[in-house]
Amino acid sequence: MSVADRSFALSQNSRNRQRSNFELYAWLFMRVSGIVLVFLVLGHLFIMNILDGGVQRINFAFVAGRWASPFWQIWDLAMLWLAMLHGTNGLRTIINDYAERDQTRFWLKMLLYVSSAFIILLGTLVIFTFDPTIG
Amino acid sequence: MATAPVGTLYRGGQGMWSWVAQRITGISVFFFLYVHVLDTALVRVSPEAYDLVIATYKTPIVNLLEVGLVGAVLYHALNGLRVIAVDFWSRGPRFQKQMLWGVVGVWVVVMIPGTYYMLRHTVEALFGATS
Repeated sequence: MSVADRSFALSQNSRNRQRSNFELYAWLFMRVSGIVLVFLVLGHLFIMNILDGGVQRINFAFVAGRWASPFWQIWDLAMLWLAMLHGTNGLRTIINDYAERDQTRFWLKMLLYVSSAFIILLGTLVIFTFDPTIG
Repeated sequence: MATAPVGTLYRGGQGMWSWVAQRITGISVFFFLYVHVLDTALVRVSPEAYDLVIATYKTPIVNLLEVGLVGAVLYHALNGLRVIAVDFWSRGPRFQKQMLWGVVGVWVVVMIPGTYYMLRHTVEALFGATS
């Protein structure tokens, strides 16, 4: 969201006489999480797709080797949460921009929030309960 | 865009199109992320189930899509840094156009070797080893 979009969102807020700073914090979160994600995601893509044979060397044993280290567990967990929240907020902005009917906007955002919550919880569960001796 | 309004940053010209591209790459990467968490979750089912799905990532067509994914993420990241500079750097708005050419330049410079390493195995498998 640009500065102009933000001031528009803020002016809408004051029009509704809700003095909430949510849109300001959302705007700030996109920038802060964005900077962190540049390192986490580009690092992830470089390791997984380019380094040392790229995607061809990835299999269950490769994942088990990485998640044996807390460093990569924390990396992946931080990347999961930040990327999902960043993307969910981005899609929320897009739905607000293009879905004109109140009902449509509401239900699209509900669908977005429910599916994002599901993916975040599933991903978190997988990282924390990973068992290299499964099967 | 002959009638593009003057004096606004995001309407018409490079300012608007970089913003459109930011939205399109953002949506694409976000939907891939949903799928990617789901396929990774298969490590909790069995090694065989995970390896089976990951095998599709190694096929030529999906391999090509991965280059597109990396290109989309890289543009989104670089242009995101440009947006941050426009918002927080006092001279950012004045140099937004130059910064976009910087984004495009870095993108091309990174994607050329990146594409080579990402597709090397696929090209060798399809057309024989190059070396």
